Amino acid sequence: MDKTVPDLATAVAGIEDGMVLMVGGFGGSGAPIELIHALIDRFKATGSPKSLTVVNNNAGNGRIGIAAMIDAGMVAKMICSFPRSADPRAFTEKYLAGEIGLELVPQGTLAERIRAGGAGIPAFYTPASYGTDVAKGKPVAEFDGKHYVQERWLKADVAIIKAELADTLGNLTYRKAARNFSPLMASAAAKTIVQATKIVQPGEIDPEHVVTPGIFVDAIVEVSDPKQEEALMREGVAYA
Amino acid sequence: MTSKLSNAQIAWRAAQDIEDGAYVNLGIGFPEMVAKFQPPGKQAIFHTENGVLNFGEAPAAGEEDWDLINAGKKAITLRPGAAFFHHADSFAMVRGGHLDVAILGTYEVAENGDLANWSTGPKGVPAVGGAMDLVHGAKRVAVITDHVTKDDKPKLVKRCTLPLTGVGCVTRVYTSLAVLDIENGRFVLREKLPTMSVAELQAVTGAEMVLPDQIGDLVAPEL
Repeated sequence: MDKTVPDLATAVAGIEDGMVLMVGGFGGSGAPIELIHALIDRFKATGSPKSLTVVNNNAGNGRIGIAAMIDAGMVAKMICSFPRSADPRAFTEKYLAGEIGLELVPQGTLAERIRAGGAGIPAFYTPASYGTDVAKGKPVAEFDGKHYVQERWLKADVAIIKAELADTLGNLTYRKAARNFSPLMASAAAKTIVQATKIVQPGEIDPEHVVTPGIFVDAIVEVSDPKQEEALMREGVAYA
Repeated sequence: MTSKLSNAQIAWRAAQDIEDGAYVNLGIGFPEMVAKFQPPGKQAIFHTENGVLNFGEAPAAGEEDWDLINAGKKAITLRPGAAFFHHADSFAMVRGGHLDVAILGTYEVAENGDLANWSTGPKGVPAVGGAMDLVHGAKRVAVITDHVTKDDKPKLVKRCTLPLTGVGCVTRVYTSLAVLDIENGRFVLREKLPTMSVAELQAVTGAEMVLPDQIGDLVAPEL
């Protein structure tokens, strides 16, 4: 078995109009910039994929990454906890114009909904948001004298994530705080596409060090010198 | 009223109550300042929502590694004994009762412990981040804040008027004028500026304070 694919364009070829797309990363840390930009390249060349629902903690920064997807007109809706950033123009302008949807989810609830999606748990109860506007319309239950809000699992058609090391079976490690949502998203998507800084042979990653087991991974492309979103921001790069 | 504590002094006061070895989450912005004022001999372990325990100070300019950031997207460094983990584990630490203290900023805090710190109303783009999770689970949820708004309205109120972050969740409030606990649905005055009378403090507080026999002086060093 070998899950590697030859290039970025091949890696993102199966992402179709209207899909739910999870994108790893928290701000720039862990953002799979090259996979995102390959998706934008395809959209510019073919008009697809569009009408995407994108799941990420944030809603893009500047004119690169998810912000560039929004600028390009590929995103119908964001599911996120914090659609603000140093330069949130792309999302803010479309949101205030009513051109993009928003499902605002508390950060821990977002993480747990994705985890539940990957773990086959259709719903769970959390104390977060009880008694707030965010809980409106959601079932509430009392356990041991405290109130909790029912939340549903969150699954995706495709997840695109960034890893540090991948072996050809899809076992992954991450760099520093860059793992954040990615291990959860890898489990919650029907298809998980990984850009890895280095691809190695099975056995070269100590099993004790594997963070995401290969069972959650479908395709891997090597991007040996990945760009960092925050660094691109500071260079003033615009992709859209 | 002649003076009030600066933000740094409020953060300093809050830092004095953090026990050695406590696991602590500091909210984005003003609360991050609390980390600078750890008393000698008391070492807290700081948690950030995006998956780091035991991070240290900001790196020098030019030394940033942008894969190593805190929840405010600022570059951080690691202390010996740091750990990385994914977001579901991070919020298990939060909601599961494993943090000793969470310190947050606020727009309003009510005498019943309700907190409003995520939205000033329906204008603009709503953003909640981790605030609604953080107010549940930490053993102590403290707020640091100016005692009044920029236009001199009380931030300590009977009931919040802004959208709530959490219900009945705040246990202690450190302000520019006083330290108060929230007990049995009331603000209990623990410390106040020595230059201020109780009547003067009550006049800028939006709910009636409970006055115990002992009220300490709120004194912070020049910072």
